[in-house]
Amino acid sequence: MKYKGKAHRFGDNINTDDIIPARYLDSKDPLELAEHCMEYLDKNFVKKVKKGDIVVAGRNFGCGSSREHAPIAIKACGVSCVIAESFARIFYRNAINVGLPIVVLPEAAKYINNGNIVEVDTKKGIIRNVSKKKEYKSEIYPAFIESIVKKGGLMNYVRR
Amino acid sequence: MGYTITEKILRDHAVKKSFKPGDFIDAKIDFCLGNDITAPISIEEFRNAGAKKVFDKTRIALIPDHFIPAKDMRSANNSKILRDFAGEHDIKNFYEVGRMGVEHALLPELGLALPGNLIIGADSHTCTYGALGAFACGVGSTDLAAAFITGKVWLKVPETIKFIYYGKLKKWVSGKDIILHTIGDIGVDGAHYMAMEFSGETIKSLSMDDRFSICNMAIEAGAKNGIIEPDQTTISYVKNAIRKNKPKRKSFKLYKSDSNARYKEMREYDASKIEPQVSLPHLPSNTRPVNVLKGVSIDQVVIGSCTNGRIGDLETAAKILKGNKVRQGVRLIVIPATQSVYLEAVKRGFARVFVEAGGIFSTPSCGPCLGGHLGILAEGERCLATTNRNFMGRMGHPKSEVYLSSPAVAAASAIRGRIAHPKEVM
Repeated sequence: MKYKGKAHRFGDNINTDDIIPARYLDSKDPLELAEHCMEYLDKNFVKKVKKGDIVVAGRNFGCGSSREHAPIAIKACGVSCVIAESFARIFYRNAINVGLPIVVLPEAAKYINNGNIVEVDTKKGIIRNVSKKKEYKSEIYPAFIESIVKKGGLMNYVRR
Repeated sequence: MGYTITEKILRDHAVKKSFKPGDFIDAKIDFCLGNDITAPISIEEFRNAGAKKVFDKTRIALIPDHFIPAKDMRSANNSKILRDFAGEHDIKNFYEVGRMGVEHALLPELGLALPGNLIIGADSHTCTYGALGAFACGVGSTDLAAAFITGKVWLKVPETIKFIYYGKLKKWVSGKDIILHTIGDIGVDGAHYMAMEFSGETIKSLSMDDRFSICNMAIEAGAKNGIIEPDQTTISYVKNAIRKNKPKRKSFKLYKSDSNARYKEMREYDASKIEPQVSLPHLPSNTRPVNVLKGVSIDQVVIGSCTNGRIGDLETAAKILKGNKVRQGVRLIVIPATQSVYLEAVKRGFARVFVEAGGIFSTPSCGPCLGGHLGILAEGERCLATTNRNFMGRMGHPKSEVYLSSPAVAAASAIRGRIAHPKEVM
């Protein structure tokens, strides 16, 4: 799959309380969760983000709780994919399971600045920073994960 | 070539028996759980998939513990979703107010998490059960939904870091200090995707309550699981739990790592040098010895949670608070993790100590740990808590602060009104 959008840069160790504070977890409605995405870090994030935009972060993105509400909120506010130097493991699973594309790019923070236009080809593992006219090789999903993604998520995969 | 305890448990549960670290496996689960935040999504996914029957009703627990006793109508509704599903599928391991506890304290106590088990839970602190010599890890709601149907989970086999602790702990130093010190050493992604195996003579000398605190926070170092080889302490704890609560599954298996097992890394610690630790906002890895933080004033102290709400934790806190008063201007909130911890604390006079000191003694709940209820912080307030996360806004206002510590440091600090070493008040 290919995605193109404006980069919204975040730092290292963005945790699930940053992505969606626990006090909103009494809801599982994606649009309601999306309203509060990243609000502690950037009050205007949800207003700024346009459909198709890309979140770019440093190490250990999504650390903390197991709440699936986190990738659900990111996806529902219009973000097309997340690029990070590494992902916390439960967030990684959850993103795959809810269909939020995630891409591991070591040194992502160095290569992509806030506001850069970025193109991602998850299948080929290529990330193009259109603004900087540079191209980077990202990791691609391991074959096993790819097979879950291809089936359209875990629930379809287990119904095989 | 030998195997680690984590690899052995995974091997005995894997559908395909031959694998190495980094491989993906399908594994059979012994037990799974969800709570009032995560399970409503699992139940919806289960229904959307058209599933009619759970794989085994005796191997599922549903525990509303985060926003309960229901803090509002929506929370009440989420608990109701669990109650209805449990009723529909005749799931007996459904624990309501009056029978409940914080999930990771409750399941071991009931003998539902056993040595050698493979357990997944839609809650990141599921790794707590590793203290029993089980493989336990947190997953998401959809993973749990899939497990409800298949009784299986996909896992990537982790590499293991072995942590070896030797030496006798100083007075007032606990399992919590060991894990905070370790996370401070390796960082919040220091064990990213790996198993943390805690070993050595210091670990062997610890109570189960201390061991649970250690494994509970493995996730705070990014680990997949934390694990401790079972020994006599484990066996007595488990036998006692089985005798008292008569769970359906009574047999368990004791695994140990081979002496020639492969480790990604070995790290040794002289535990006799570890001081009581405090983690500063906003990462659990921001640890300092308590003595360098003595000037830091606090507005609230919380003693409880799946990390430190067990009877040993309350006993330590009560020992320090007995005959003392919580400083004017500080709110002390003590939350036993389960009903039986609550009862025991009443019987042994700890509840009285907390109330006479000027604190409150609450019904079990995750409560303020995740900023749910029962002690939310206002802008600019600071709390010292025995919980597990000090992320921005974790306990309330984004401009409030959470510091993490052991129950001993928390109790002493409640008396002083600032961060204090227990020996200052004892």
